[in-house]
Amino acid sequence: MASTENASPVAEPMLPVPYLVAERAAETHDCVTLRLEPARDSLPPFQPGQFTMLAVPGVGEVAISISGDPATQDGTLTHTIRAVGAVSAALRDAPLGAPLGVRGPFGTTWDLPSATGRDLLIVAGGVGLAPLRPVMLGALADRASYRGVCLIAGARTPAEFLFRTELAAWSRRADAEVELTIDQPSAGWDGQVGFVTEPLARLRVDPARTTAFLCGPEPMMRFAAQVLLRKGIQAGDIRVSLERNMQCGIGLCGHCQFGPILVCRDGPVVSYALAGPLLSIREL
Amino acid sequence: MTEHGAQLAGSGIFGGLSADELELVSAAARPVWFGAGERVFLEGGPARGCWLIQDGCVALDLLVPGRGQVVVQTLGRGDVLGWSWLLPPYQWNFGAVALRPTAATELDTDQLRTIADQDPRFGYALTLSLFQACVQRLQATRARLLDLYRSPQGQYRSPHGQH
Repeated sequence: MASTENASPVAEPMLPVPYLVAERAAETHDCVTLRLEPARDSLPPFQPGQFTMLAVPGVGEVAISISGDPATQDGTLTHTIRAVGAVSAALRDAPLGAPLGVRGPFGTTWDLPSATGRDLLIVAGGVGLAPLRPVMLGALADRASYRGVCLIAGARTPAEFLFRTELAAWSRRADAEVELTIDQPSAGWDGQVGFVTEPLARLRVDPARTTAFLCGPEPMMRFAAQVLLRKGIQAGDIRVSLERNMQCGIGLCGHCQFGPILVCRDGPVVSYALAGPLLSIREL
Repeated sequence: MTEHGAQLAGSGIFGGLSADELELVSAAARPVWFGAGERVFLEGGPARGCWLIQDGCVALDLLVPGRGQVVVQTLGRGDVLGWSWLLPPYQWNFGAVALRPTAATELDTDQLRTIADQDPRFGYALTLSLFQACVQRLQATRARLLDLYRSPQGQYRSPHGQH
């Protein structure tokens, strides 16, 4: 798994560091992007693909992928959170200035530098776009280091796309290809209607020079990976971000065990050569 | 091989046809263009013609009372548009309209059906080609039916914000 090595370890991984909500931006009806500023000391810089454990005092702690710009140097952290449970709902509702505890960053990375000189194919479904935003930002910031940059993003409806202003800006760029598609027909939408595998199937790729980054619901990643494999892309050139029940974040508790790996330590980003066979095992 | 034959062979959809079979298809092919907003066919109309989209975007739609023309799917480069000509009652189940300027290869399906009736081997190969496209479309539609991006509220997991 050379492509998705774990980044440098955190000094005190079980000790939450206090951060404050400095900025909030509503993305959809149930998603918000929070920019967090360190109350005192900041955590080490993150790499695209990594996650942190975010704690709401008195409510609980949850693993959230980092959706911010990897070039950020000021110690702030950006997360995009969908409210689906008690902790994530509390995070979604956290007001400006609210204190949060943050541990991390943890886990493996998308390892963008290893794709230097190659075509980048980024495929996101739903909130899966959040962990891939740092890849897109990193690639566009260092555009000359890559051949093609293509983002295919799917959502249920136009209103459920994350980062809509940014998506529009990326779509206007001449040096990137952005394909947006929705699952459910919506009035006023004049873009593509279909599952992400459809624009993906239409794409002309150079299989030997393409690195794919997939994030979204597991069946979506599986279907997308099958399309890519049919196009001749090797499983080792497809990276996926896995989701499991992260608790400790450092491979101690075993809650996120997924076959032979602990997703918090050996993931969340893994090669499809490893993940593909595991994703088809019902018991996992 | 003619230019049309080579184009069809490279399309993926007809890539499984032999050179002779491709020539039969390409003899029934001609390039066409549709302007943005131009209707290719209307739901319920007689199904004649099949288009291999070279560039652009075509929406499949149908009229839903109270909602107007609802787009159920869009097609793009490399996709096949129209297969109701192959099966009775030879009537379009959905309409098709170009969303953007679209270039396509139009197949004369009367001609293709006649050849297929006379030469079942060709008919079988042609049907398999279209069936492959049909299966891919069906699988993508099934994936959409799963509604995978809906909120998993009440479920578990992380790290993309599910807890």
